[in-house]
Amino acid sequence: MRHCASFEIEYFQFLDEKARAANDLPGFARSNDTLLDLYRSMSRVRALDARAIALQRTGKLGTYPSSLGQEAVGVGSGSCVADDDVLVPYYRSTGLMLERGIRPHEILLCWGGDERGNDFKDPRAAKDMPFAIPIASQTLHAAGVAAAFKFRGQDGRAVLTEIGEGGTSEGEFYEAINVAGAWNLPLVCIINNNKWAISVPSEIQTKAETFAQKGIAAGIECVQVDGNDVIAVKHAADEALKRARSGGGPTLVEAVTYRLGDHTTADDATRYNDPEVHQEAERKEPVARLAKYLTKRGAVKNGDLEAIHAETKAEIDEEVKIYLDIRENRPQPVSAMFDHLFENLPERVAAQRDEALAASVH
Amino acid sequence: MTAVTLIEAVTMALDHELARDDDVVVLGEDVGLNGGVFRATDQLQKKYGPDRVIDTPLAEAMIGGLSVGMAAQGMKPIAEIQFMGFVFPAFNQIATAVARMRNRTRGRITLPLVIRMPFGGGIHAPEHHSESTEALLAHVPGLRVVAASNPSRAYGLLLAAIREPDPVIFLEPKRVYRLIKHEVEDDGEAYPLDSAFVDREGEDVTLISWGAMMHETLQAAELLAEQSGISAEVIDLASISPIDTDTIIESVEKTGRCVIVQEAPRAGGIASEIAAELAENAMLSLVAPVGRVTGYDTVMPYAAMEKLYMPTPERIIAEVKRVMRYS
Repeated sequence: MRHCASFEIEYFQFLDEKARAANDLPGFARSNDTLLDLYRSMSRVRALDARAIALQRTGKLGTYPSSLGQEAVGVGSGSCVADDDVLVPYYRSTGLMLERGIRPHEILLCWGGDERGNDFKDPRAAKDMPFAIPIASQTLHAAGVAAAFKFRGQDGRAVLTEIGEGGTSEGEFYEAINVAGAWNLPLVCIINNNKWAISVPSEIQTKAETFAQKGIAAGIECVQVDGNDVIAVKHAADEALKRARSGGGPTLVEAVTYRLGDHTTADDATRYNDPEVHQEAERKEPVARLAKYLTKRGAVKNGDLEAIHAETKAEIDEEVKIYLDIRENRPQPVSAMFDHLFENLPERVAAQRDEALAASVH
Repeated sequence: MTAVTLIEAVTMALDHELARDDDVVVLGEDVGLNGGVFRATDQLQKKYGPDRVIDTPLAEAMIGGLSVGMAAQGMKPIAEIQFMGFVFPAFNQIATAVARMRNRTRGRITLPLVIRMPFGGGIHAPEHHSESTEALLAHVPGLRVVAASNPSRAYGLLLAAIREPDPVIFLEPKRVYRLIKHEVEDDGEAYPLDSAFVDREGEDVTLISWGAMMHETLQAAELLAEQSGISAEVIDLASISPIDTDTIIESVEKTGRCVIVQEAPRAGGIASEIAAELAENAMLSLVAPVGRVTGYDTVMPYAAMEKLYMPTPERIIAEVKRVMRYS
């Protein structure tokens, strides 16, 4: 017997669980400012999540999926997206979206039940997709965007998408990485392996040792990183996006992290979570890890990190005000549910718009 | 002017739009060198290259999802699903993304795409190659669903579908692909969407159908006139969603009777929707109950029995005679 194929999966970690740095830190990690920006971004995600949950608990927001504990995944990868790239997020891509410039109040509008949140106003996000809720469907849209770049000869542009580890059990995920490989598409797919698909642990999703290796069968580059190490996530995403932009094809990046919150505000993880495992995961979380490292490295002095948290909290407070103002004072007109359905609204549906308008006047 | 079959008219429309608009691309399984299993894209890859006429891996959900991503960036993909019976893996993409992207982004992202697929039975094909599930698609808000019935309509409606800034599901009656020829000029003239067509004028009863069943329906109208002196108006619905209720009601106001002919199963079908519209909006014009001649609420049989399932001119005539008893 001979082997006809074999594979290895590279693993990156630059800051270990105790915030000890590896000797071969990537170049960008030499800059204190860069690391502080990443820290600030993670703090912003955490501040938004905290406010969103509070809003939901007080009846001012619908169901909301927190990214608690997974901030490094979205922030690390989102910080590498270039203006000309396109972002194809899923529902737990809050970190990615904030890094892109999508406003917190826009994200809140979506979860508050207002489609206007998907009408991203930041010009960088003008062609970005709204976050997808049907699991894995976004990976095919991402492949389609990348295919548009390829077939139109728009070299130098890449697509970044994200999916949960549970989502990689979907056929559409396999179809997406398969065509990405077959067509050598400029696509980077981040797997947020937070160990849970609602209540189902990642071991039940697959027999594969890693989620990254799912890319092997698609013939694409794949790598696993410590998803609680923002330096590792940024490094892997940056390499992958650069490769994609220069014609080197797609990459699958598995970021191993842990969902410290519930699946969404509609979930109660204490029903299935093991408290010991949870506590263990808390010790590895990304924000405290980077804080510890920045302190050790002398990049911050006493009070600096607290000041960052206060600033991001204030930013989010302002955004919440905008959200609540729109929610309370500028609701969508009844006709909005018809106005954006088609460019040329069929007569039959226009008649129903009149019906809805009449029914709403009471 | 050339006499062309329906499938040739499809090719002609695709060719016209590929030449006219660089954003237009064709994608699907076997659409390249092979020209599609029915030859709808015959010679097009040779003419426009593999970046405009794109052979995809074999995965229908992927074809749907890729089309979404491409259209979101301003391309105008025309995707081919090889048979309507295989659209179901793509149904997730059609219902959750294709139909609602404009609405959910409040117009920021629009999807000018077409998904073509052959539908209907009668060609002795294997299982899953003969279905008519247009009602499933028509039930999804945000989609236009169009069915061609003959070569000139295939050409004109496909042009319109491609130029429409929103998604259109384009259904092609595979049994008619090579059944008849029409003189079709490749002049780029599109037919209007959202409109039904009155293909035969009559006084006594309105017959409504679409796709391949238009041929049985027109035959029935002919026989009714010849053998029974019954004058039937025949409407090609063409637009399955939205339904052109104005044209239908106008006709029924004249004739007072209506029989709807569909190959698909009866329950929850398009015929039911038309009947409901008539009940709501033309009740006082009706002198007889609305009749439906449809496939049965059973699984489309394998080829040996498919003719017994599909409506025939005889079944249509019998139903017309039933509604003619009322006056």
